[in-house]
Amino acid sequence: MKMAKAKKNFWQGSGLTYGMVILAYILVEIALKTDHMSSLMEGLLVPLCTYSILAVSLNLVVGISGELSLGHAGFMCVGAFSGALFSKIMKGSIDPTVSLVIAILIGAAVAAVFGILIGIPVLRLRGDYLAIVTLAFGEIIKNIINAIYLGRDVNGFHFSMKSEIELGLGEGGETLIKGAQGITGTPQASTFTIGVILLLITLFIVMNLVNSRTGRAIMAIRDNRIAAESIGLNVTKYKLLAFSVSAALAGVAGVLYAHNLTTLAALPKNFGYNQSIMILVFVVLGGIGNIRGSVIAAVVLTLLPELLRGLNNYRMLIYAIVLIALMLFNSSPKAIEMRERAAEWFKKKRQAKEA
Amino acid sequence: MKRKILSLTLAAAVAASLAACGSSGSTSTTTAAAADTTAAGGETEAAAEEGAAETEAPAADGATWKIGAIGPLTGGTAIYGQAVVNGAELAVNEINAAGGINGYQIEYNSADDENDAEKAVNAYNSLKDWGMQMLVGTTTSNPCIAVADKTMADNMFQITPSGSAVECAANPNVFRVCFADPDQGAASAQYIGEHKLATKVAVIYDSSDVYSSGIYTKFAQEAENQGLEIVAAEAFTADSNKDFTTQLQKAKDAGAELVFLPFYYTEASLVLTQADAMGWKPMFFGCDGMDGILGVENFDTSLAEGLMLLTPFAADATDDLTVSFVTSYEEQYGGTPNQFAADSYDAVYIIKAALEDAGATPDMSVSDLCEALKTSMLNIKVDGLTGSGMTWNEAGEPNKAPKAVKIENGVYTAME
Repeated sequence: MKMAKAKKNFWQGSGLTYGMVILAYILVEIALKTDHMSSLMEGLLVPLCTYSILAVSLNLVVGISGELSLGHAGFMCVGAFSGALFSKIMKGSIDPTVSLVIAILIGAAVAAVFGILIGIPVLRLRGDYLAIVTLAFGEIIKNIINAIYLGRDVNGFHFSMKSEIELGLGEGGETLIKGAQGITGTPQASTFTIGVILLLITLFIVMNLVNSRTGRAIMAIRDNRIAAESIGLNVTKYKLLAFSVSAALAGVAGVLYAHNLTTLAALPKNFGYNQSIMILVFVVLGGIGNIRGSVIAAVVLTLLPELLRGLNNYRMLIYAIVLIALMLFNSSPKAIEMRERAAEWFKKKRQAKEA
Repeated sequence: MKRKILSLTLAAAVAASLAACGSSGSTSTTTAAAADTTAAGGETEAAAEEGAAETEAPAADGATWKIGAIGPLTGGTAIYGQAVVNGAELAVNEINAAGGINGYQIEYNSADDENDAEKAVNAYNSLKDWGMQMLVGTTTSNPCIAVADKTMADNMFQITPSGSAVECAANPNVFRVCFADPDQGAASAQYIGEHKLATKVAVIYDSSDVYSSGIYTKFAQEAENQGLEIVAAEAFTADSNKDFTTQLQKAKDAGAELVFLPFYYTEASLVLTQADAMGWKPMFFGCDGMDGILGVENFDTSLAEGLMLLTPFAADATDDLTVSFVTSYEEQYGGTPNQFAADSYDAVYIIKAALEDAGATPDMSVSDLCEALKTSMLNIKVDGLTGSGMTWNEAGEPNKAPKAVKIENGVYTAME
């Protein structure tokens, strides 16, 4: 009996989420194999995975740990650049897919280190203060990366923060990171299959963490810090854990992003605070603390502006209006009440039918 | 209860996303249909004209060229993307009215890339779904590099009006209309050196901008060969592009006779104003991004007096081609066209010349067209707005002489 109940919980909880992703994957693969997919959709598959991973990982901080972080794009940026740099250095010498796997590990590790480094001072703050500090962190990362020049020649690596000339590259040297222009020529190794696998791994890590002893400790700290401290939970440790795991996963998403395009530059558009807020929007729309919701919201909101291309100049306007409508539908008390009444009505109708 | 609601929303969301997947095809058809109607408008016009002159056989079978353009139509760089899209549209309309290319009309469509590499790839894919055969774009460098890789995979012909970073035209199927960044830097240094304008030069550049830092890098290298001494090289970034007094003060203290400003005119107008406020009057020298400085609002254009710039296009030029382009642009879109509009206007005419040289027809596959155009690009010689007698090499780089202009009495005057 107990077993059956546990099983049921699995299928209603995390199992449904995995099932949803796998089902989507199968449907897409069928559409791809039978040539029923437009180029636009095909090109969107990897970004969909990237943004889903980002949303899920941010949900760990915002939903489970209860801290507002606005620097998520910063971690993505760190992961993207470290992973892309590795692949660029290794380009031609090892298989692109192997290189991508190693790049993902490197991206995750570097982003996690940054997560810990930032987390130690920052997690002493709470609420709005934390949000502002993480926002600043994201901007600092972006600006530093824009100033980095890194080159390689026979004598080894050359580094400068000033300009390409300062590198003083010898004969046959190549510039790996070119300041504002970033990294160009990363092998395009990201595929939908790799993206989905990474998404499943992310879901696995996050959902298992949430349902574990550690996850319950993190949530206890979120719900009542003083009570949690009083029973001997190490607040800093658990918060830092959630924060750095989230950062590492954002780094993974960054690597996936970087290997989907040949050019990688830290622009306000892709790694600025706008992006951080966009990820936060996915989380909020999907429901704070709701992992499955994050995936769905990320998919819907990434697809939406692309599918509205037919509207030309009104695209962004309509997108904004749809976003407002979705938020209202999802979160306003009145809308929730209306949805509840509708559900009630359906239930009654079904009961009447059964009777 | 809560779970019920959740699953309901979930179902709705999944349904929505599925519906979205399903409708992606139909969205692109609506765009195509919209483009069709505009093209049909052009066609009737052209048909009327043809009826008066002579009816060409090939046009009867309804096949059309499909040219797409990509640029940032929203966001901070929308001004450049709009210019590119408008310039190309103007050229397409002109060509259609004159009977099309090889007797076939052109259909034209544009897509927004928000100056983002990922969005640019999406824009490219949506145009591909529409049936694009040749791409005019993209407008800005970074998205262009990302898209160039996709066009290479599809073997689609691409000509970028204004993607000036070296990597933009690295692939064999990509050609460009504007100068590459390094060429501009080298040409500027050579011009200054050969005309002995100055020996002590200061450079102010935007280190966060690919265009600006690319020009600066090459300028600095070439300056050595030309016997120029760079006494100050001061950087700013997109986040600090309002106050240039520190940079100007350093340049002044270093005794610079000439200040090289390789960036866009909005910042340049501030530099000129602030230098004037400091009471410092060195020579100023700019690149093609400087074009448009006389049109900046609330800018005292007398400060730009004596400013020199290397630019392929000046809206106030008096040759017939420029005059007619500027007039019809102003009529249709309002506002003076900038260099970006001129580049993309030329790009469409370059495609026309290459297609005519190849004797291509629209029923050829995208890949065949690309191969034919790649060969023809090396044969053609185009007189356009941004240069006369332009030719291309295999690397996709244009060969045209940069024009140096000086602002005298509030107008651009050509220097020899």
